[in-house]
Amino acid sequence: MTPPEIRQVIIDILERIAPDEDLSNLDDAVSFREQMELDSMDFLDIVMELRKQYRVQIPESDYEHLGSMNSTVEYLTPLLKDA
Amino acid sequence: MSGDLQDRNRVVITGVGLTAPNGDSLSEYRANLLAGKSGVVPFETRYVKQPVLAGVCNFDEFRYQKRKERRRGTRAGSVSIYCANEAIQDAGLDWGNVSKDRVGVYLGITEHGNVETENEIFEIAQFDYDTKVWSHHHNPRTVANNPAGEVTLNLKITGPHLTVGAACAAGNAGFIYGLQMLRLDEVDVAIAGGVSESIHTFGIFASFASQGALAWNEDASKASRPFDVNRNGIVVSEGGAICTLERLPDALARGAKIYGEIVGYAMNSDAADFVLPVASRQAECVRLALKRAGLTPDDIDIVSSHATATEQGDIEESRALKEVFGDRPSLAINNTKSFIGHAMGAAGALELMGNIPSFEDRVAHATINLDEQDPRCELRQIVANRPRHMEKVEYILNNSFGMLGINSVVIVKKFPQELGGVYA
Repeated sequence: MTPPEIRQVIIDILERIAPDEDLSNLDDAVSFREQMELDSMDFLDIVMELRKQYRVQIPESDYEHLGSMNSTVEYLTPLLKDA
Repeated sequence: MSGDLQDRNRVVITGVGLTAPNGDSLSEYRANLLAGKSGVVPFETRYVKQPVLAGVCNFDEFRYQKRKERRRGTRAGSVSIYCANEAIQDAGLDWGNVSKDRVGVYLGITEHGNVETENEIFEIAQFDYDTKVWSHHHNPRTVANNPAGEVTLNLKITGPHLTVGAACAAGNAGFIYGLQMLRLDEVDVAIAGGVSESIHTFGIFASFASQGALAWNEDASKASRPFDVNRNGIVVSEGGAICTLERLPDALARGAKIYGEIVGYAMNSDAADFVLPVASRQAECVRLALKRAGLTPDDIDIVSSHATATEQGDIEESRALKEVFGDRPSLAINNTKSFIGHAMGAAGALELMGNIPSFEDRVAHATINLDEQDPRCELRQIVANRPRHMEKVEYILNNSFGMLGINSVVIVKKFPQELGGVYA
């Protein structure tokens, strides 16, 4: 997948786990938590969805890369390049 | 029973919120009970090959709950949040100024957690049983206090909350527990009742089917047939009924409307069998509730029966009622399950609430689908198929029994309108 495709995957996941949020003005450079009501259980949902959909295993030590859209896409790009 | 209006042991019902398969408010539900309208419909459930019927609720989950809250929580939590919010609004409580640490939530449940566990097993089965895809939401969804806890999260209640696991006696048990906590002065408002999400587990249908106790009828509305010779088992339903309970002096002080006073209650155990009921213990439970209320059997106007349309259950309850109440013709015995099926943890609470408006209209709602009464259910006072007009309705007695031999009875008295009673 290309970075734009990965971004869309994350948007789709966020729409499911935060259905009350308006994601149309999401700033990719700013952390999710500053823009949305997301807690640790929600981040685990992102990890779980990626595991289910793409069999990507994200170790706990790498969760810090999932802070913003830009950092998430950057982290996932090598992992999902063949997906 | 005391006549003292300042007696802090007197507990009254001041608000009602409910969702039933045939109504999402007390007025809609009552109207459909009087009109003979069933809420039983064909229902799809995972794995079970035979056709299944169920009582399905259609309340708006998002009236009081954000979509994210709903996604995180359970159907039982959603039912509870809807009913609790409706009850608080109905009670006219000035919620912003209510001390939330003095509010308790006590909800009866038959079971909890089966739905989420079945869902997770189904999910991991798609991944070759890899438990790494087992949801981190499983534990908070399946802890036994979940439905009551979701109510506290939604309404920012900081007082105590818990569920009361009491099989199908749970609806009454929720009311009883709330009343006891008010009498102990643990809380000032008890949000109490019963809820059920059971139709969302295939296991309950499959288990009743294996037991030979799952109802079926080509016409879904005719499937739930307590006391009828052609009954063939239980229709499983979901639902909830939750009331605000307050001590009488507190209710009077704030000018609350009062639906009725809980004047008697009892719980006991058969200590005999996992599933089969025992008439003599049920009769003891009814008598204990009457004794605590300072009443005799002749004082009761309506008995809301528990009968689920299983062979032995209906017969045993009939024996118990006959033993206590005899053949007095002025008594009305009815059955709400004939309309809505068996709402499990919500059953006792919904069935009591369906009868409460009788204080106003003096009508005992019917037991529908009673075409030919089983002669082994020797009750002459069953209100068959059409509502019965009553000379008076002062006392309603509500039976609710469950597996492992758990019995519960609640007696509600009409409250005088000149003192704040809702009903004339």
